[in-house]
Amino acid sequence: MMLLLVTVVTIMLYCWCGIRTSQSARLRNWPISRYALFAAGICSISVALSFHAQSHHNFQVHMFVHLLLGMLAPLLLVLSAPITLLLRTLPVSFARFLTRLLKLRFVSFVTHPFVAMLLNFGGLWILYQTILFEWMHTFSIVNVAVHVHLFTAGFVFTSSVLYIDPVPHRFSFRFRALVMILGFTLHSILSKIIYSASLPGVPIADAKQGAVFMYYGGDLIDACLIGAFCFQWYRKSMVHVPLNESLSNT
Amino acid sequence: MTRTSAIYNLWSGLLFGLGMVAFIDEVLFHQLLHWHHFYDKSTTDVGLVSDGLFHAFSWFSTIASLFMLAGLRKNHSFWLKRWLGGVFLGAGVFQLYDGVVQHKLMRIHQIRYVENVAVYDWIWGVVAVSMIILGSFLTLQTRRGSI
Repeated sequence: MMLLLVTVVTIMLYCWCGIRTSQSARLRNWPISRYALFAAGICSISVALSFHAQSHHNFQVHMFVHLLLGMLAPLLLVLSAPITLLLRTLPVSFARFLTRLLKLRFVSFVTHPFVAMLLNFGGLWILYQTILFEWMHTFSIVNVAVHVHLFTAGFVFTSSVLYIDPVPHRFSFRFRALVMILGFTLHSILSKIIYSASLPGVPIADAKQGAVFMYYGGDLIDACLIGAFCFQWYRKSMVHVPLNESLSNT
Repeated sequence: MTRTSAIYNLWSGLLFGLGMVAFIDEVLFHQLLHWHHFYDKSTTDVGLVSDGLFHAFSWFSTIASLFMLAGLRKNHSFWLKRWLGGVFLGAGVFQLYDGVVQHKLMRIHQIRYVENVAVYDWIWGVVAVSMIILGSFLTLQTRRGSI
C-alpha cells in the first residue's frame, strides 16, 4: 500500500513539474512521451520491489527483479530526462547549485562511461562471485544496499552512455559504443558462469533458468538501449554524412 | 558515388552480415532446432570470453548497421550491390571464425551433438568460404564506378 502511494506521488510530482514549466513562455512544452517514460520507469521499480519478498526463495524471480530494477527502470528513467526537468523547475539559484554539483570532480569521475560500466557490471560480478550473495540473504542491510546500488549503478551507466540530460564532459559515440560492448560482454559471460556453476543456496535447475533469463532478458533491454543510442548517432551524423546528390552537383 | 559513402555502404553491409549470421545461429540452431547448447562443459575460458565479446559486438552491430542503412537511404547514397558484397563478406568471415576457432579450438559448443559432426563442420565451412568468395567478388566489382 505504501509502495503504491509513493509510486503515485512520484509520478504526480514529475507531471506537476512538467506541466508547470510548460506554461512558461520562455520554455518549450515538455514532451508527452517523457511523462509516459517516467511513469513506466517508476512502475517498473515498484513492480520489482513488490516481487522482492519472493525473490529470496526463487532465483528466477530474483533475476526478474534485477532486470527491472537494474536495467529497464534506469533506461526508461534516463529517457525521461529527470535532471533537465529538475533544472527547469528549480529556482535559478538552486539550479546553479545543482549544475555545480554535477560538475564536481567526483561526479565526473563516477559518470565517466568506463568507470560507470565497471561500477555497474563489476558490481554484479562481485555480487554473484563473492560471499556478498550469501550476505545479501542473511543481512537485510546488505540486501537494501545491494538493491540501491543495482538501480543507481544502472542509472549512472545508462546516463553515461546515452546523453539525454545535460552532460558536462561528453565522450564520442565510438568510445561509448565500445564501453557498452565491453559491459554487455561482462554481463553475458557472468550469466554463463552462473548457468554452469550455480550459486550457493540456489538449486541447479533454478540457477540455470535464471541465468538464461538473465542472458536473453539482458539482450532484449540492451537492444532498446542500443536502438536509442544509434538513433541519436543517426540524427547527429545525418548532418555530417556526405550527401551524394549535393556533392555530385557541385 | 563518393568515396565516403562507398565505404559506408561496405561497412553497413559487413556489420549487418556479421550480426545476421549470429542472429540466425541463435534463432535457428539454439532456439528452434536445439542443436547447440547454451553452455557446453568443455568450453575453455578463452572461449567464454570470445563468445561473450562476439555476442555483444554482433548484437550491437546488427542494430547499428540498420541505422547506417537508413542514413544511406535518406541521403540517396545506398548502393545495394556493394552493400550485399559487405553482407556476404561479413557473414562468411564470422561463420568461418565461429566454425573453426570457436567450435573447434575453443570448444564453445559443437554444431550438433551427433557421431558424424565432421560432416556438419565441413558443410558449415564450405558455406562460409562460398560466402567469402561471393562477397569479395561483389566488393571488388563495386570498387569503382557509380550506381
